[in-house]
Amino acid sequence: MVKLAPIASLNDVSVKRRGKTILGPITHSLESGGFTIVLGPNGAGKTTLLNVLHGVERLSSGTVTWTSRDHTAHQEQAFVFQKPIMLRRTVRQNLAYPLELLACKKHETELKVVEWAHRLGLMSVLDHPAPRLSGGEKQKLALARALIRKPKVLFLDEPCANLDGRSTREIETVLREVSAAGTSVIMTTHNLGQARRLASDIVFLLNGQIHETDLAQDIFNAPKSPEAKAFFKGDIVE
Amino acid sequence: MNEIWAGILAAFHLIVTLDGDLVEITLRSLQVSLSALVIASVLALPFGTWLAIRRFRFRRATIATLNALMGLPPVVVGLIVYLLLSRSGPFGVLGLLFTPTAMIIAQVIIITPLIASITQQAMRELWAEYHDLLISLNTSNRQRVMTLIWDGRRALLTGALAGFGRAIGEVGAIMIVGGNIDNTTRVLTTAIALETGKGDFALALGLGFVLIALALLVNFAIHALSRTERHGTW
Repeated sequence: MVKLAPIASLNDVSVKRRGKTILGPITHSLESGGFTIVLGPNGAGKTTLLNVLHGVERLSSGTVTWTSRDHTAHQEQAFVFQKPIMLRRTVRQNLAYPLELLACKKHETELKVVEWAHRLGLMSVLDHPAPRLSGGEKQKLALARALIRKPKVLFLDEPCANLDGRSTREIETVLREVSAAGTSVIMTTHNLGQARRLASDIVFLLNGQIHETDLAQDIFNAPKSPEAKAFFKGDIVE
Repeated sequence: MNEIWAGILAAFHLIVTLDGDLVEITLRSLQVSLSALVIASVLALPFGTWLAIRRFRFRRATIATLNALMGLPPVVVGLIVYLLLSRSGPFGVLGLLFTPTAMIIAQVIIITPLIASITQQAMRELWAEYHDLLISLNTSNRQRVMTLIWDGRRALLTGALAGFGRAIGEVGAIMIVGGNIDNTTRVLTTAIALETGKGDFALALGLGFVLIALALLVNFAIHALSRTERHGTW
């Protein structure tokens, strides 16, 4: 995988809530063009790290610098949540929504809506109310809605948690395609198998700190720390 | 009991014969209350939604005040509007006292807090649901308010209908600022008050039944137009 430039640099970033440190202090750069998977046990700070990178988390200290200018960086990013949030509209209207915010032309919007509905297998439910879709369909819609603006960076917070094998495979296929097309993907997961299938890089978080980070094949074959070894072996790590 | 039957018969007679006075005051009632509803909705829906999504220093106090204003005594509102619009008042030069416009102003003041408060409560739940997505999409405050109003329109309809119900049945304020002038500011509620005062209970009851029918009709019409029952269960 070709690395281009840093997406974002975290400089001594920490997040505290009610006096407890949730994340950090972290100083780290995330490079573009790869498929980065953030792994770690529950409570390690994976979601918080994603929120920090997306710029929607209030920092207790430190700074985040995006390669793009700050005001455009957010527009070039998209986020898929673990529990998909559906607007109380049809699938078509949900897909069109991010483009409407950018005041895209109707004809252009419609073309993109159909294109992404087709890619994610949502054509048969295009005019169905989104909140009535199945879990897998909702997550596919959330992914299509995130990708319709062609983001440079895509954040996914355990997008396949609670999904069946078929939906997981469909989502992974699309993620591989968008990553190959140049979108930087940063995703959290609990599923080590999924991490092995998709990741080019791994960030292993433990107790709010980046404990270890490396190319996926290196970290899976020879993790350096005993905690990472234990985690990849499937042991409980605290 | 006889008077109730007489009232029903009077109402039936008035409607079947399309009594000229009845048609006129019914249309004026609708004109005043629907105008007030539209103006109040334009003010209250964005304000209530904005209140649901914004965090600021006196937010709790603002919401508490808004809730308290839901119980504004119409007679007091009428009195204040009367003083403002009377010849010696600050807006006396506009010559609005004893006109339907004055009645609309009074009704807007009465129903705006009601609609805004119901809107704020309904939008608070929807905002909790949409919060992460709308933040993630980097939406502006205006886009958030518009999205919530559009997606929560069925919940907001309840607020609007509550406002309409309060406006169409209101008598104290519009009696003071409208004056119940025949052919000019007389509406169903003030006509009922007048007929009751004259002792013509049958006609007063007849007008009362027409008023109830009108309120139900508008509610059904709005529900039908917005197709709440067919598409309401998102």
